[in-house]
Amino acid sequence: MLKFTCPYCGIEASETELHAGGEAHLKRYGPGSADEEFEGYLFLRKNPKGVHLERWRHAMGCGKWFLAARHTSTLEVFGTYPAQTHEPPAEILEKIRAKYPEALK
Amino acid sequence: MSDPQSALGGAVYQGYLTVKDAGAQGMLTLRGDHATLGAAVKAATEQGVPAQRQIEGGLGGGAAWASPDELLLFCDYSAAPEALEKARKALEGQYFLAADVSDARAIFTLEGPGIRDLLAKLCPADFAPKALPTGEFRRSHIGQVAAAFWLESEERATVVCFRSVAQYMFDLLSKAAEPGSELGYFAPTAS
Repeated sequence: MLKFTCPYCGIEASETELHAGGEAHLKRYGPGSADEEFEGYLFLRKNPKGVHLERWRHAMGCGKWFLAARHTSTLEVFGTYPAQTHEPPAEILEKIRAKYPEALK
Repeated sequence: MSDPQSALGGAVYQGYLTVKDAGAQGMLTLRGDHATLGAAVKAATEQGVPAQRQIEGGLGGGAAWASPDELLLFCDYSAAPEALEKARKALEGQYFLAADVSDARAIFTLEGPGIRDLLAKLCPADFAPKALPTGEFRRSHIGQVAAAFWLESEERATVVCFRSVAQYMFDLLSKAAEPGSELGYFAPTAS
């Protein structure tokens, strides 16, 4: 079972209390950007079998969006962090690199 | 004025514990920065702002931590409009949201032994006394629908859900409370 600790309310929430929101840390390309960049922003997503950074919403709970780092096939969770973050915290990156040096490249 | 009606008109199911529609209950939603809501909570419920995931007081006058920027306040049904007015007055000039949600929710009380076991059948939350101490306000889902609940003691709990799913919630809780279906995992049951 997939479980994340919500960084806003501290509850260890199980998957049924959460709603998946797809890839995290997307950069928005708006008006004036190249067609390729806009296409990438709209449609192209990573789908790794391995470490992935994702958006999740604590839907059946405090209702807040947060970000999580997990392994998509082992369901190992490296950590969760607030949505107002532009990149994963150093300690989570360290944890990931210690186990999967090739991940997130 | 017409009499206030709760969703199920005080329905009761007597199983190995008692499931009861708690009747019409005054409830306010208060949103804003918790640090600035103290005066409004005090004015509406006579309680302090609860710490993370805690509830201060109870149904007669209480404040529950619903999210980092939301509180659920409890008061008597008839006192709700006045409490709302008081809260609004206390926060005048600030950025906040206050709404009377008394008629949008339903409240059930559970009374008897084995409450942790009963809720654990229906909800993914961790019901170990360490993970969910009495006085902790937990939002999750019960069966298919969103719900919030807290244990006042090991023998008394309150469940809050949307009024539109009150019948579903009552049926679910009643079914789980049928005599003979005790789990006896967290607490030995009476029978």
